[in-house]
Amino acid sequence: MNNLMIRIENVSKRYRIGAHQTRYKTFRDSFTDLLRTPFKRFHSENPQYIWALHDLSLEIYEGEVLGIIGRNGAGKTTLLKIISRITRPTKGKIEIYGKVGSLLEIGTGFHPELTGRENIYLYGAILGMKKREIQNRFDEIVDFSGIEKFIDTPMKFYSNGMFVRLAFTIAAYLDTDILLVDEVLSVGDAEFQKKSMNKMSSISKSGRTILFVSHNMTAVQQLCDSCILLDEGKLVSHSHDVGSVIKNYIYTEEEELHSIWYNENNKYDFYWFTPIRMSITDKNGSPISGYVKNDSEVWVEIELLLKIIDPAFTIGYAIFNEDGICLYWSYHTDTPQNTWPLLTKGRIILKSKIPQNFLNEGLYRIEMIASLHFREWLLEPGKNTPNIFLRIQGGLSESPLWIMKRPGVVAPIIQWEIKHV
Amino acid sequence: MNPNNKTVTISKPPSFINLLYFKELFEYKELIYFLAWRDIKVRYKQTAIGIAWVLLQPVLTIFIFSIIFGNFLKFPSNGVPYALFTLVGLLPWQLFSYSLTTSSVSLINDQNLVRKVYFPKIIIPISSVISGTIDFAITFGLLIIVLWYYKILPTERWFFIPLLFFMTIMSALGIGLWLSALSVQYRDVRYVLPFLNQIWMYATPVAYTIKVIPQKWLTLYSINPMVSVVQGFRWAILNIEIDLSTPFYISIFVIIILFISGLLYFQYLENYFADIL
Repeated sequence: MNNLMIRIENVSKRYRIGAHQTRYKTFRDSFTDLLRTPFKRFHSENPQYIWALHDLSLEIYEGEVLGIIGRNGAGKTTLLKIISRITRPTKGKIEIYGKVGSLLEIGTGFHPELTGRENIYLYGAILGMKKREIQNRFDEIVDFSGIEKFIDTPMKFYSNGMFVRLAFTIAAYLDTDILLVDEVLSVGDAEFQKKSMNKMSSISKSGRTILFVSHNMTAVQQLCDSCILLDEGKLVSHSHDVGSVIKNYIYTEEEELHSIWYNENNKYDFYWFTPIRMSITDKNGSPISGYVKNDSEVWVEIELLLKIIDPAFTIGYAIFNEDGICLYWSYHTDTPQNTWPLLTKGRIILKSKIPQNFLNEGLYRIEMIASLHFREWLLEPGKNTPNIFLRIQGGLSESPLWIMKRPGVVAPIIQWEIKHV
Repeated sequence: MNPNNKTVTISKPPSFINLLYFKELFEYKELIYFLAWRDIKVRYKQTAIGIAWVLLQPVLTIFIFSIIFGNFLKFPSNGVPYALFTLVGLLPWQLFSYSLTTSSVSLINDQNLVRKVYFPKIIIPISSVISGTIDFAITFGLLIIVLWYYKILPTERWFFIPLLFFMTIMSALGIGLWLSALSVQYRDVRYVLPFLNQIWMYATPVAYTIKVIPQKWLTLYSINPMVSVVQGFRWAILNIEIDLSTPFYISIFVIIILFISGLLYFQYLENYFADIL
């Protein structure tokens, strides 16, 4: 058994929500209150509170890479904030064995008037590094972030990408026993994201303990060797089987695995269009629910009210498997332009067939996505877009040898040929 | 229990006094230096005359004071040229005023650091005060030139200047800790400060001598620690004979009370900064 690094014992954190103005009657009252309230305020039994964390207990061991997942507001960031001691628990206790470094909101503390070089020292000191440590790593940091040309330029002239790259790099080069990482791998361009993912995995291989908060299930699956799921401040599941926790998150969090979605109360409404319905149907357009065989014909139907015709408007769906991996995106504009469905204003239904004998057995989530191509997202995948579910079971292949779910993300049936020699 | 011989940190609900706080403050001492260095570096960025502002501020103030108080109102100045008399008073006063203002608003100005990074937050007001000592040093240089012009030479009384300097810093920081902790919840602090500065300056013998204060008010007047400091500077630099003994003890007492209470108030409220800022 490895050494214990963090022990969290019955930790709860309460936050005050909403405005907390008391009505002052006279100037004199307000003045005396001014001096008194900082104390009174924290002790009053005003009911305007929420529990961001509720009676959480957890032990984390050396070398563990723990993924922390859950919906927004589930308490993930609060947990990291308590472990990094930015804030204190309301109840309970945390013991930490070793030095903690945190990559929460990286780049906090950069000063725009200072040069890159100066900011490396400043930010390093803010994160708790000694001047000598920073000096030793200075060249590596500059090299990794790729800003050597601009190292003596004030940071206000940096592009956003350069800014986050430098911030991530300094934080990643912190020499700490425990590293807290909050959704920072989504910064920078694709190339830098890949680079930072690699950096994270090399850190984890070096035996350091990492707590990793992310909405990117692929990254969690790749990096972590254990995972916890938080819901409304409570620990829902904790396992070394990361995949099972992720499944738990994606599928039990949804109230029901509906195969049809309606735009209730016009929750989604855009200048260009209003989505009305998305559903899984058979070839005649009647809705399907429950299991679907992999060789049956399944269509995704999107009904919408098109208000403005914009040539850049494009709509479709993204399909995710149980591990949160996106299998593909499909848009109505994927084919040569002369074969696109001709959109007209008013109520229309767009439909598209899901490839037969292509998916594997399992549960799939289909998200409606829409954008003005290269201009802006209307419905961005992964950002609370309308979604429906499709469960594939059976009908994988007519081969007598192949009746069960196969390894692999997809399970296409591919013809083989033979050449006699 | 410490399974792997590493630093153990325990995070619990806040208690009123936390002695470990000061140990940790020591570990982060480099950050005090870095933040002060940042403040100094960026302070006069994007100004046309830059660091000259440090000299221009006292010079303009003396000019105004000389015209109004020295010329029109003919305030006494212990037989010393009025401008010099005021310059010696302004030297500690500007240090005090700058330190008080910057330390009080320092947490608001650095609120991102307060909310998103962990370190003993008292570092922020402390380092902001340190950045003001550069101004003090520059104004002191100006003073030395003026003294040389008036042929006033340093005496052994100059050895008291570090003590007086320290008293100025401590009283400003004492109030600054109170106000910065309050400012986290009450942004009113920012609007109160200019008035506080003005009132305090008139309650301090910067532009006038202490002789104008009636004897019976003198003890009350001396509660303001800056009275002793300004008087002390004149005593040390201009060789003016001033009876300092009683107000001096009162001042030191007041400063200690201010500083310790500010320190305790700050380090207790600090536990809530990230939650309410």
